[in-house]
Amino acid sequence: MPPLASPPPKSSPRSGRPRPELIFGDLWPYDPAPETADPKLKPRYDLFIDGKFVPARGGKYFDTINPATEKKLAEVALAGPADVDAAYQAARRAADGVWGRMAGRERAKYLFRIARLLQDRAREFAVAETLNGGKPIKESRDFDVPMAAAHFFYHAGWADKLEYVAPGRRVAPLGVVGQVIPWNFPLLMLAWKIAPALAMGNTVVLKPAETTPITALKLAEIFQDAGLPPGVVNLVTGAGATGAAVMAHPIAAKVAFTGSTEVGKIIMRSLAGTDKKMTMELGGKAANIIFDDAPINQAVEGVVNGIFFNQGHVCCAGSRLLVHEPVAEAVIAKLKQRLRVLRVGDPLDKNTDVGAINSREQLNKIRHLVDVGVKEGAELYQAPCPLPARGFFFRPTLLTGVTQSHRVAREEIFGPVLSILTFRTVDEAVEKANNTAFGLSAGVWTDKGSRILKMSTELKAGVVWANTFNKFDPASPFGGYKESGFGREGGRQGILDYAKLV
Amino acid sequence: MPVAPPKAFFRVLDEIGPVDAVGIEERVAKYTTRSIKKEAKVWGLRKAVSMVDLTTLEGKDTPGKIDSLCSKALHPSDDPTVPTVAAVCVYPSMVRRAKSHVADTKVRVASVATAFPSGQLPLKLRLQEVRSAVTDGADEIDMVINRGAFLSGEYNEVRDEISAVVEACGDAALKVILEVSELETYDSIRVASFLAMESIREGDFIKTSTGKTSLNATLGNNQVMLEAIRDFYLDTGTAIGMKPAGGIRAAKQALQFLIAIKETLGDAWLTNERYRFGASALLNDLLRQLAKEKSGAYQAPYYFSDATDSY
Repeated sequence: MPPLASPPPKSSPRSGRPRPELIFGDLWPYDPAPETADPKLKPRYDLFIDGKFVPARGGKYFDTINPATEKKLAEVALAGPADVDAAYQAARRAADGVWGRMAGRERAKYLFRIARLLQDRAREFAVAETLNGGKPIKESRDFDVPMAAAHFFYHAGWADKLEYVAPGRRVAPLGVVGQVIPWNFPLLMLAWKIAPALAMGNTVVLKPAETTPITALKLAEIFQDAGLPPGVVNLVTGAGATGAAVMAHPIAAKVAFTGSTEVGKIIMRSLAGTDKKMTMELGGKAANIIFDDAPINQAVEGVVNGIFFNQGHVCCAGSRLLVHEPVAEAVIAKLKQRLRVLRVGDPLDKNTDVGAINSREQLNKIRHLVDVGVKEGAELYQAPCPLPARGFFFRPTLLTGVTQSHRVAREEIFGPVLSILTFRTVDEAVEKANNTAFGLSAGVWTDKGSRILKMSTELKAGVVWANTFNKFDPASPFGGYKESGFGREGGRQGILDYAKLV
Repeated sequence: MPVAPPKAFFRVLDEIGPVDAVGIEERVAKYTTRSIKKEAKVWGLRKAVSMVDLTTLEGKDTPGKIDSLCSKALHPSDDPTVPTVAAVCVYPSMVRRAKSHVADTKVRVASVATAFPSGQLPLKLRLQEVRSAVTDGADEIDMVINRGAFLSGEYNEVRDEISAVVEACGDAALKVILEVSELETYDSIRVASFLAMESIREGDFIKTSTGKTSLNATLGNNQVMLEAIRDFYLDTGTAIGMKPAGGIRAAKQALQFLIAIKETLGDAWLTNERYRFGASALLNDLLRQLAKEKSGAYQAPYYFSDATDSY
């Protein structure tokens, strides 16, 4: 039998004998395992208004790229105010003429059909999502696409049971809803927005994110295949100006926005004084709290999942690790070890754990904030993994020795960067966790059930996960406290946010 | 009615930390989504062959059966790139017979001992069994822990017995079977792993199960034990080996277990000196997959010698 490779000798300061180390080398490299399904992309996508694909009136197109290769995928119509207005007119006609009056059980049939058609084409959509957004195929395949279908299924189930949404009250649709969604979960956020609105009997004008419009426009093909009446869902693509037009249009009875707190504030300011209903799902800086009695190996796994899922482009990402001082050293050592096994690279490879950063702009923002963190005194650790030569990639990163006053402890980085702080007592953990402008999510790791219950009532966050992280279900309402927004998506509460009580 | 775990249990658990069952199962589910192709697959399959403890542990074992098992172990395939297996694993009465076949080869003889599978004999007799197997030529001893003592909280008894077996082994390597299905919880598996590791030597193994109960090796209990081995190694510098046994019948499963090693313990454990599969049917599926990688087509089971469920 061959002799064992001996670990690199590195003497420990105390005993003088070599400190035991694990070797995560290249003894058994995995061969590339690319997903090969055809994403069926068109070279050019038009706007989807009144059930038809139509060019923008201005005749302009913008390129959408693959962030892993920086290559152009397709060109997409740039909607101006006139296009947004046409979309709203179509949506109003559909709301007044067909969709708002249709029996709930009939609307349900369309939603079920959309869900099933999406499942039928799941692999195609997963590849398209990964090409356009940079997320690993295993996530788009196992999370984004199935969850999007699940939201349509769940809300289809509600459509004929709306009398139970608000017991003792009757509910009615609001009319036309304007929606703007972010680039981190393009298809899933679209499902979160559209499914409850449609189930309730509203019609929709939605703007996908500038960098990730493709799966939304592909879903429009499914709307056509499902025979969804024209005007029920209208998609207008473009950048900030298009989004502003969608939010400000007078026909919109309600606007729903998911994105950064900065933009959310601009929207709220612009809508002050109007009678539009609003829901906002904004940024986060979630605390993931590890107590000394926690199952450490699984907590480390959960922390990794909490911050490196979707390259950290998750509004509820566990981006602040609060770790109990007695176990801080052990947790940090185990985190570093775990980072060595993360596979960063080609998002289409089925074995990739961390894919590409969504855009150059975001990559620059992450780089800048990490530099700021290091300048402010945080210690940097990055996974020693090779990165592809082209495309937007960033190594999974830990910042240790972070304190509450550091910018990296307060500002949302929205990238694969974990800021690590310590605490001594339960009260201190609660105080540090709540000492933020945000309040979208939090995680608690402890073996003690009573402590979980206490923490879940004291943490000011829309969702508190215990001994797990990033768990979603269409039946579970999701939303924020404080500057993380208001309104809920999912569950009965989510439906209610798209209803008028009469 | 379930009995509360003894206090000793919590004392140990407090020191080594608990296991979260949901977290473990989530972790191992990720191993099953890894996609191992081409060269990586061939390397993994060959490596798995070299880690097999080819096993027959039946009342109906005969010298003839041992003969055929040993020739399969020495010559798994006509393909010269396929290695021999790590060991043959037999009952003590068959050690001499097995040794006569594999002496002076790379294949080792492992013998179960200590009143396998129940362990319910006086210690004196169990030790005598170990010594006799070693005298007969066993290179490795697979012992069972005293689950009765473990479940009643008599941890010192468990440790002392393992230490006594270590002594009786002499130069033979020891594999300590925890019998995970009787321990029931991941917490207990972790506690038992540490009790065993504290008593054995570098190069010895901890092993999931006898293969004689309903639940055997799973990715979940394999992961709990790998993490215990990792934590123990980083703490003490003593590298303990791992042997999942029972229930691993398909090559695909074996690759998933190898992925678990690669991503938990790293390259130094991707060797049959530190990792074994206790299996009988697995070997033929590994060979079948290797043949398929070469020719592009699956061969009928009867192309592989001894393609019966019984061996």
